Amino acid sequence: MKKYLSFFRLRFSMGLQYRAAAFGGIVTQFVWGLMEIMIFRAFYRADPGSFPMSFSAAASYIWLQQAFLALFAPWLMEQEIFNSIVNGNVVYELCRPLSIYNMWFSRSIATRLSKAVLRCFPILGIAVFLPRPYGIVPPASRLHFILFLAALILGLAMAVSFCVLIYMLAFFTISPQGLQMIFITLTDFLGGGIIPLPFFPEKMRQFIELLPFAATQNVPLRIYSGSMTFPEIQKAILLQLFWLVTVTAVGKLLCLAAQKRVTVQGG
Amino acid sequence: MRLYFYYVSVNIRSTMQYKASFILTAIGQFLVSFTIFLGIFFMFQRFSKVEGFTYSEVLLCFAIMLMEFSLAEMFARGFDQFSGMVKTGEFDRILVRPRNEIIQVLGSKFELTRIGRMMQAVVMFIYGIVKSEITWNFSKILTVVFMLAGGTAVFTALFLIYAALCFFTLDGLEFMNIFTDGAREFGKYPVGVYGEKVLLFTTFLIPYALVQYYPLLYILGRRTELVYMFLPLLACWFLVPALLFWKFGVRHYKSSGS
Repeated sequence: MKKYLSFFRLRFSMGLQYRAAAFGGIVTQFVWGLMEIMIFRAFYRADPGSFPMSFSAAASYIWLQQAFLALFAPWLMEQEIFNSIVNGNVVYELCRPLSIYNMWFSRSIATRLSKAVLRCFPILGIAVFLPRPYGIVPPASRLHFILFLAALILGLAMAVSFCVLIYMLAFFTISPQGLQMIFITLTDFLGGGIIPLPFFPEKMRQFIELLPFAATQNVPLRIYSGSMTFPEIQKAILLQLFWLVTVTAVGKLLCLAAQKRVTVQGG
Repeated sequence: MRLYFYYVSVNIRSTMQYKASFILTAIGQFLVSFTIFLGIFFMFQRFSKVEGFTYSEVLLCFAIMLMEFSLAEMFARGFDQFSGMVKTGEFDRILVRPRNEIIQVLGSKFELTRIGRMMQAVVMFIYGIVKSEITWNFSKILTVVFMLAGGTAVFTALFLIYAALCFFTLDGLEFMNIFTDGAREFGKYPVGVYGEKVLLFTTFLIPYALVQYYPLLYILGRRTELVYMFLPLLACWFLVPALLFWKFGVRHYKSSGS
């Protein structure tokens, strides 16, 4: 455990070095959030009755999504890992007396967390001061906030275990670009990245909420904005736990299989 | 130009060596724009109109925008990996060759997988036109052609600026994504939806509105002045500052490789 913690620390402090990149990211995400809110405002104006949540809940959802983008963004996979699998450098990692799964897991968590820590506060800080329906509002209650934090952590673990699963699959496909792209698109769409899940047609939403993709950003963001009732929250968090265990288990199994038949590319 | 097509064919042949991955990537590309389409579709299941635009009208707008972006991307996305070229000093190699450096950069990375997105754009384009309930006449068709030309020019210019910035920063700048990928993402709705200020910005600074909003109003029959038809061609002028900026960048280029 200690080894993985030190991996985590190493990557975390490395990630904190990229402050200029973080500044660029903050500007991008802020503008992105504003545009997103303007679309929803246009729809809200057209027909407030069809809006599945209050407008300020939608605004909170969008701001949190932008602030914590680095935690959940499915496209933030580490190209370095893919490259090492393709060019064969991965053997150096395999030689170590460590579990490669745990190593990559702690490394990915650290990268995401360091990015998010640098970016979330400025974005949230500005969003708090925006005029009423457009800014972020405080959580519905203290309990909501605690549940939000719990779901946030579970969601992050979920997103990372998905990523590691894709790294493992890359052992089998050699050129991982296509796989990566399909996965990224599905997670983004079915996790509520393009439009929040409540905007989906009712039947479809009920089904999608059961899928592992919805166990990432969808749950914490909706708990915060108060658009879920307590029984729904309970169910969603249990689902998150279930999928986290399942996806991690599948990833570990694949890891074993990959290690058994690893073909080293290049020399 | 022959050189460019030669580069393209080399890239195609190398991609074809990994057939399974090629198919997966093409599917992936297809899915990317398909999910954006589904996002619009689901929104309109719930709302019938947005700022006076109906589903079929927004669809037409999205289809044309996607087509413009795909066309530009097909040819000019080579600039995307340009930061890597500057960083490793590979650009030196290009400069010493007696050919136009823009064509070489463009040819260095021609991804066949964009065909997935291109196909998606074509399908959407046809679907959008069929669904649009517009009585087409010659001037409206001409407007669409102008829009495609103007839009491709604007996006190409943006890719060019993105690459030219790398001369000064050595790294791709994330905020430029707002103008390229962001424009594709948000351009699916007519720019007017975003309010006055965004409309002003996209009219005079980066002329998205000239290739999207104003000609669209003409096609939909909301405006009848002929000026609206030719506005997209005006947007082509945006290529000029972009090219000048690139030339300026090349002149200031300092090799960073070893």
